[in-house]
Amino acid sequence: MTVPTGIGDTPGTDDTAGGTGAAGGTGKAGAADERLARSGPARRLLIRPELGAVVGALVVFAFFAAQSPVFRSVEGVANWLDPASTLGIMAVAIALLMIGGEFDLSAGVLTGTVGLVTVVLSTRYGLPLWAAMGVALAVALLVGLLNGLVVVRTGLPSFIVTLATFLMLQGVNLGATKALTGTVQVGGLRRVEGYEEARAVLGGTITVAGAEFRVSVLWWLAVTAVATWVLARTRAGNWIFAVGGDERAARAVGVPAERTKIALFMTTAGAAWLVGSIMALRFTSVQAGSGVGQEFVYIIAAVIGGCLLTGGHGSAIGAAVGAVIFGMADKGIVFAGWDADWFTFFLGAMLLLATLANRFVRRYAEEMRH
Amino acid sequence: MTGTDDTPLLEVRGVGKTFGGVIALRDVSLRVRAGQVGCVLGDNGAGKSTLIKILSGVHAPDTGAYLVDGAPADFGSPRDALERGIATVYQDLAMIPLMSVWRNFFLGSEPVLGRGPLRRFDVALARRTVREELRSMGIDIRDVDQPVGTLSGGERQSVAIARAVHFGARVLILDEPTSALGVKQAGVVLRYIAQARDRGVGVVFITHNPHHAYPIGDRFLVLNRGTSLGEYAKDEITREELTSLMAGGAELEQLAHELSRSEDPPG
Repeated sequence: MTVPTGIGDTPGTDDTAGGTGAAGGTGKAGAADERLARSGPARRLLIRPELGAVVGALVVFAFFAAQSPVFRSVEGVANWLDPASTLGIMAVAIALLMIGGEFDLSAGVLTGTVGLVTVVLSTRYGLPLWAAMGVALAVALLVGLLNGLVVVRTGLPSFIVTLATFLMLQGVNLGATKALTGTVQVGGLRRVEGYEEARAVLGGTITVAGAEFRVSVLWWLAVTAVATWVLARTRAGNWIFAVGGDERAARAVGVPAERTKIALFMTTAGAAWLVGSIMALRFTSVQAGSGVGQEFVYIIAAVIGGCLLTGGHGSAIGAAVGAVIFGMADKGIVFAGWDADWFTFFLGAMLLLATLANRFVRRYAEEMRH
Repeated sequence: MTGTDDTPLLEVRGVGKTFGGVIALRDVSLRVRAGQVGCVLGDNGAGKSTLIKILSGVHAPDTGAYLVDGAPADFGSPRDALERGIATVYQDLAMIPLMSVWRNFFLGSEPVLGRGPLRRFDVALARRTVREELRSMGIDIRDVDQPVGTLSGGERQSVAIARAVHFGARVLILDEPTSALGVKQAGVVLRYIAQARDRGVGVVFITHNPHHAYPIGDRFLVLNRGTSLGEYAKDEITREELTSLMAGGAELEQLAHELSRSEDPPG
C-alpha cells in the first residue's frame, strides 16, 4: 500500500515548523501550548474521518424528511434503520479490514452461504438450530481464515483473492442448493426446534416509543461500539492502522502483520455469519443467490464513512453512518413516492460527493495545521 | 563526553564481508564508547550499508570480530542486537505517516492496562510518556496527536531517535539521518544526536557529509570501496583533511581546480 493522496504530499514541506522546533530545542514548554491552542477543537473535529459521512447523513435526512412526513416519524426511522443495521454490521467489519489495507469481496455471498448452511443442516439433517448455526460459524471463519492465509502468504492483492472466493462461493451456493432441493432456495426454518428463541435474539423486534425496531439495530450498535473501542483503545487497533498505513514499517517495529490481517479477514467472516443468521431467521428461507452484489455496498458504506481505499485511515462509526445514509436513501425514495429504480443513481452520486467531501475536509484540516 | 568506562560498548575488529565474488567490506575496525559519537564516512558504495548491517545484526561478518561490552557478539537477527541495546534508526524510520506521533512511538510495544478481554492500550500513559520523553530530549512537537506525516523530516528523525532511546538503546546506529534534509533541519537532528550522546548513549553516525560529521563526531572512520582509509580521533584530523580524505584527496583538488578555471576565465 502506498501513502494515500491528500496526506502524502504534506511530509517534508513543513520547513517553518522545523525551524520553530529547533528554536524550541532549548526546552520552552509554553510555546508548545500556545501552538496547541491554535489547532483547536473545530479543526480536531474536521480531521475526523467520519465527518463527511455525518454531514452527508444530516443532508440526506433533511432532504427526505422535507419530502415525506412518514420518513421522519418514529415508524419511519425504525423502517430505514432496518436495512441500515444489517448493512452497517458488515460495513463496520469491512471498514476495519480496509483500514488494515485489504478488501473482501466474498463477504456478501458469504452471508448467503451462512444462511444456506444453517437452514439445510437444521431442516434436512435434523441438527438442532444452535448446532447448525455453530457449523455455519465454523464454515464462515474457515473461509475468512483461508482468505487471510492466501493473502498474507502469497502477497497477492486481496481484491483478486477474495474475488476468486466470491465466485467459488457463488457457484457452491447455487450448485449445492439445486442439488439438494431442485430449486434455488431452501426454507422451513420456522418448524425447527429453537427457532423462536434464536429469532428473538437475532431476528426479532423490540418496541420503542410505539414503533417496532429490529433487534438487529442493537447488534449493529454493539458491533460499531466494539469496533470503535478496538481501533481507538487496543494494541490490535494500533496494529490495524499500522499494517494498513505501511505494512513494511509495521513489521520492522515488531507488529504481527500476518496475524493482524488474518484476524481482520476472520472478523469480516464473523460479521457475515451474524448478518447471514439474522437474515435467515427473519425470512426463514434463503435464496441461493442471497448476498451477491452486496459486497460493493459494504465497501461503499465504508468509503462514505471515511475509509481510504489505500488503507491506514478510516473509522468504524463512519462506516456505520455510511450504512445509515444507505438505509435512508433506500427507504426514503419509496417514502417520497419515487421510482426505486433511481436508487443506484442516488447511491453513486452520494459516494462521489462523500469521497470528494472527505478529501476536501482532510486537505483543509491538514493545511490549517501548518 | 563522559568516556568513563574503558571498554567500548561496541567494537568491530578487522571485519570483512563478501557477497559472492564481491568484497563489500575488508578489514574495518571501529570502537564506540558510551557518550561518544563514532562517525562512519564514505561515498556511495564505500561499504557503509554493509557495515550497518553487520552492526545491527542483519549480517554476520565473514572475518574479524564483533564485540559488545568487550565480549564476542553473535547476533542471529536485528532482534538479538536490539535485545543487547543496539538500535538502528534507518533512513525510512519505520514510521506510519497517517498515524499520530504517540501511536507511532509505541507501535509494536504498546503499554497495556487491564486484563482479559478488557486488556487495552494505555493511551493516557502513552501520550504522557511521549510528551515527556520528547521534551526531555528537547524536541518540541506541537501536538503528539498530529500524524507523523505532517512533521518535518528533521522532526521525524528526532522522534525516531527519541523512540530508540526510550526503548533502552545503549548504542544508536543512525543511517544517514541528515542526508535528505536541508541545512536547518540537519542542524535540528544533529542537536538531538548530541542530546542522546549526553545521556550516555553511544552513537554510530553514518553519513557522507563531513560537515555534519565533524562538529559532532569524536572518532571518524573513513571508508572507500570497502576498505578503511583510517580511523581518527577528532584531534588527529581537521575538517578540511576529513573532507579531502573522503572525496579521495587528489581527485577533489583536481575537481576544484577545474571548476575554478571554468568559473573565472584567465585574464
